[in-house]
Amino acid sequence: MVNYKIAVASGKGGTGKTTVSLNLFYALQKSLNQKIQLVDCDVEEPNLQLFTNGKLVSEDDVNIKIPVIDKENCLYCGDCASACAYNAILFVKSISHIAVLEDLCHGCGACSYACKQEDIIVEKDKKLGQVNRYELADQAELIEGRIEIGAALAVPVIGKTLKSTDSNALRIIDAPPGTSCPVMETIKDVDYTILVTEPTPFGVNDLKLMVETMRKLGGKFGVVINRSGLGDKTIYKYLADENIELLMEIPFDKTLAKIYSEGKIMVDEFPELNAKYLQLFEKVKQNLNETDSHR
Amino acid sequence: MKQIAIVSGKGGTGKTSITSAFAAIAKSKILVDCDVDAADLFLVTNPTIEIKHRYKGGEIAVINQETCTNCGVCIDLCRFDAIRLIEEQTTISEFSCDGCRLCELACPEKAIQMEENFNSNWFESNTRFGPMVHAKLGIGEDNSGKLVTQIRDRAKKIAQEKNLDIVLIDGPPGIGCPVISTLTGIDIALMVTEPTLSGMHDLNRLIELAKGFKLKSYVLINKSDLNDEISNRIEQLCIANEMEVLAKIPFNRSFVDAMVNQKTLIEFAPDSDLSKTLHTVWNRLILDKV
Repeated sequence: MVNYKIAVASGKGGTGKTTVSLNLFYALQKSLNQKIQLVDCDVEEPNLQLFTNGKLVSEDDVNIKIPVIDKENCLYCGDCASACAYNAILFVKSISHIAVLEDLCHGCGACSYACKQEDIIVEKDKKLGQVNRYELADQAELIEGRIEIGAALAVPVIGKTLKSTDSNALRIIDAPPGTSCPVMETIKDVDYTILVTEPTPFGVNDLKLMVETMRKLGGKFGVVINRSGLGDKTIYKYLADENIELLMEIPFDKTLAKIYSEGKIMVDEFPELNAKYLQLFEKVKQNLNETDSHR
Repeated sequence: MKQIAIVSGKGGTGKTSITSAFAAIAKSKILVDCDVDAADLFLVTNPTIEIKHRYKGGEIAVINQETCTNCGVCIDLCRFDAIRLIEEQTTISEFSCDGCRLCELACPEKAIQMEENFNSNWFESNTRFGPMVHAKLGIGEDNSGKLVTQIRDRAKKIAQEKNLDIVLIDGPPGIGCPVISTLTGIDIALMVTEPTLSGMHDLNRLIELAKGFKLKSYVLINKSDLNDEISNRIEQLCIANEMEVLAKIPFNRSFVDAMVNQKTLIEFAPDSDLSKTLHTVWNRLILDKV
């Protein structure tokens, strides 16, 4: 039994994060006899569910608490507005005007803490998204985070998605693209991060940003090159110079792209790919064991 | 002046390659790269930076370990789970802190102070295609939406000063905060998608998001020969939403080859059918009166 948290991230979008997460998950699900969870933290555009066809077993809302101000009894002191770091409370003293700008509110609670009057600020739930749990097979689940369309705050949804996973299970986590706060929230507490890239100038540039991110975080990571054969060879030199482990390469192949487009799982169609993904997991495990022995 | 953004929902559908092609076609324009946390447009446009600005990102709470008594008030109040007792010392995680200042406000010992961070920069540059405004968000930074707004505001000002007709925007992927900041106040969005289940799902969410804005949306299906059936379903989706599909572009290696050569597709293969198609799409995009 292993209960690693392995994230799959990329910097650049569309390099194959979802492909790698899915195929690694299914290769392992078939070979390991233990609980395993696939986790979708790309909450703006969660795609894993399109490939897994699971049975929805639970839906949990992700809410933040936002303030409601009792305008009749408010003393219009402005303390709440000064406490708000997000300019989410519009306050004009001269005309005794106060309003909550809900889209700007992060739900931190500073305004209700700052208000000295009792019951002037109460809080209500605002839904940011939800965490959906799908049963895929015996001991296999998909935990999916999904933001509401128009909601700007992804981080709380990612946080709750990760909290909803089973700490005894092996977890394969699909991260959002980019290098900003949603990615950090996803990978800050994982055991290992697989960075997926493609051998193009955009792919290499965004990989460099992710490597910077990983080094700032201090987490273990390695690289998977997807669509090898496209683009140029710059990436190999970069990996060698930086002493970064190349975990796996997936050749550019229109057949694979077609299989992905249809929502099919590649390791189910090609046994040799299945073996490759199991090897990938062995490499990750080796890296993690090394860390343990250093402790 | 017209503001046109190239967006996608799903990443890797070809936004930046198509934006750079338009950069080579459009006459009087300024370029803006709003994908501030994984900016790539500069790799093709090769900008010369004229002005570098520091961007004040969010603040982060820092504890003075000397005066902190580990009373735990901040730990209980923090809704971002950013403060923990680690080895008997109250500690704030810089990666989890949202900068809300509640802990600073509540600390009875005044042991917490906010620190501004300036890890992000933005630039006013010149390129062979004209002026460009772009940015580099610090690693793991918050507030990418605000940075997008800031560079767009500057680009709009420059366009007004220089009397330019178009603000051409390379958008970020997704439908969250930076995308909302990219779509706010623009006139036209070109949604670049691909015929995969993921591409269609993500486009659908983007279409729903765009309905909340006053803008005209068009769709371009890239790598259209990857899956004819899904390509057709995307066209149906667009019809249902009264959106025009401006082009279906089959998979074309020239996009990557152009990128490797640090050229736009228009410069790399000027006489290709693909170049002609992109000219047609561009001419259609600028036809609408705004």
